Amino acid sequence: MIASSRSPLVFVVHLSVLLLVALWTLPTAGLLISSLRDKDQLAVSGWWTALSTSSQNLTGRAASPETQVERDGKFVIAGRLIEEGDTKVSAFGFRPLQPTAFEAGAEADIGDGQTLTVREDGSYEIVSPTKMEGTRGQRIFYTASVPPRFTLDNYREVLNAEGIGASFINSLTVAIPATIIPILVAAFCAYALAWMPFPGRAILIAVIVGLLVVPLQMSLIPLLRLYNGVGAFFGVPAKTYGGIWLAHMGFGLPLAVYLLRNYMAGLPREIMESARVDGASDFDIFVKIILPLSFPALASFAIFQFLWTWNDLLVAMVFLGAGNEELVLTGRLVNLLGSRGGNWEILTASAFITIVVPLIVFFSLQRYLVRGLLAGSVKGG
Amino acid sequence: MQQLLFAIFTMVGGVLACVVYFFGTNFLLDKMFPSKGLTGAQASKNLRITNAIRPWLFMAPALFALTVYLVYPVFESVRLSFHNRSGQQFVGFSNFAWMINDGEFRQSIFNNFLWLLVVPALSTFFGLIVAALTDRIWWGNIAKTLIFMPMAISFVGAAVIWKFVYDYRAEGSEQIGILNAVVVAFGGTPEAWMTIPFWNNFFLMVILIWIQTGFAMVILSAALRGIPEETIEAAVIDGANGFQIFFKIMVPQIWGTIAVVWTTITILVLKVFDIVLAMTNGQWQTQVLANLMFDWMFRGGGDFGRGASIAVVIMILVIPIMVWNIRNATKEMEGH
Repeated sequence: MIASSRSPLVFVVHLSVLLLVALWTLPTAGLLISSLRDKDQLAVSGWWTALSTSSQNLTGRAASPETQVERDGKFVIAGRLIEEGDTKVSAFGFRPLQPTAFEAGAEADIGDGQTLTVREDGSYEIVSPTKMEGTRGQRIFYTASVPPRFTLDNYREVLNAEGIGASFINSLTVAIPATIIPILVAAFCAYALAWMPFPGRAILIAVIVGLLVVPLQMSLIPLLRLYNGVGAFFGVPAKTYGGIWLAHMGFGLPLAVYLLRNYMAGLPREIMESARVDGASDFDIFVKIILPLSFPALASFAIFQFLWTWNDLLVAMVFLGAGNEELVLTGRLVNLLGSRGGNWEILTASAFITIVVPLIVFFSLQRYLVRGLLAGSVKGG
Repeated sequence: MQQLLFAIFTMVGGVLACVVYFFGTNFLLDKMFPSKGLTGAQASKNLRITNAIRPWLFMAPALFALTVYLVYPVFESVRLSFHNRSGQQFVGFSNFAWMINDGEFRQSIFNNFLWLLVVPALSTFFGLIVAALTDRIWWGNIAKTLIFMPMAISFVGAAVIWKFVYDYRAEGSEQIGILNAVVVAFGGTPEAWMTIPFWNNFFLMVILIWIQTGFAMVILSAALRGIPEETIEAAVIDGANGFQIFFKIMVPQIWGTIAVVWTTITILVLKVFDIVLAMTNGQWQTQVLANLMFDWMFRGGGDFGRGASIAVVIMILVIPIMVWNIRNATKEMEGH
């Protein structure tokens, strides 16, 4: 596009775009990688080290002296600190202040003539010339190098134990009807505003453009009062799925009408005029010609509305209950941030489940999303 | 699962109800004022009547929903802002008087002002840079998709993502948050970023900038492509370099679009709520208006008067942009 595209600047361009892309993707990548890591590893090392072997300081306890056996005139307690596998012990100790005093395989004198040996494979042996007393096993501190472990356990846990599975269904319950129902309502209105002349049309369009930017906050308290009033009057709960579907429809309509009207107004007038000459009514023209032709705009709006209703927190918090049957994913995630603030294995897996549906929608339907954004914003220019 | 079936059932029911409404009212209208089969004055009179009524039939459901969910609440919120906590008793301007003297409110106004200064500016700036740079490289579209991606992520999801980036462990232990890990790698001391007053606002803003840059990029990229080639060719012939072409030829031609992007993000910033709620809930002096409003809606059983008056303040801040948008839209329609 520009003549300078062959200059040495190109290298700088590549590099800076690469840097920006890295900045924009790394946070999400970190979340995804972390959600797949073993939770003990996740807690002690950064996700960027996920592929390397990590060294962990661990504590274990030998079996109790009751299990000792007599061998060659000595008393021996033997066992394993870790399961057989790729994990390797590099050092061990028996005092909390010197957890790495001995190398793996060395013999440590732990007093009373007893010796402790921890081998690289994690097996240990306590040898004593006399019979050992007590019931508690010897504490052993050791440093182990643990190979990277990836697992779906975190997902299994959050889906079942943390209620993310139930919330996933709740989010779908909110988002699907709230996306589909407004489309027809908006399309009919948009057609009337685009192609049916009537007095006051320009004012109505101006009002809808104005409503596009009315902050949601203005609606919350009056609607909450209205819902409570309606609920009390009819003796039904004030917070229902029906209520939130209608609320999402109301809040989504200005954008829907605006987008669709702009699109429909851009359709060629000749099509409609020739249909009218053939005796088609406005209703026929709309259903048989305009609606099929407007598919791209309808798809754009549907994607917007789905992303908005799925990602919404505020409307759900105000108009939907907080019970297990109603709490949506975003609300559940906020609760988890409060109650499980430090458990990153739970937070990362939960967060990824909440964002995976929008990401799939985004990557598969990006074209319509871009088209919708351009139709909604680049006017005049 | 059962409730999902219920949802799909309602959805089908809702769509059917719409179809029945539109088809039914249209059918009734044609039956009441028939124009086919009649001749002369009666037919044209009926045609005129149906043409006058039909648009309103088409618009009625949408207008009803808009009135109930957006128009009525605006007036009701203004009314409630002059009433006490239960909305029963008229209290004049006392909610607004309380507001001016409330430290938390002033903090929120100050923070919102910071957000308004920083977020739209940086989102637009980064969007413009990315749009301009990615047009020149072969993998530009992949880069654009990746930078655009956060648009699809919810504010709460983004808050978790960034909370993980900002995670803090005491000095000396292994950092698992990448920001502190980088700081430590360069020899610095790790910080609990969220608890540093004033600066923590900027760490929250980063999240919104991260989300909105993609939006700015998509729109500005389309605008850049719409620039007539001749103006750039002429500049090249005159010996302008890349920077001069960009800042003196291209940017001035897309001022209109930059303004649209800027105002759209500004509106969003005024309403920012989820990020603050999820990251700090207004602690450590990060409160913003939308979160404060939500807080008062439920605090101590809910104070509707104060909540509504904070909403009115947000609305007043939005009005200039609203007027500007309406003027642009009407100007454009006259042009058609």
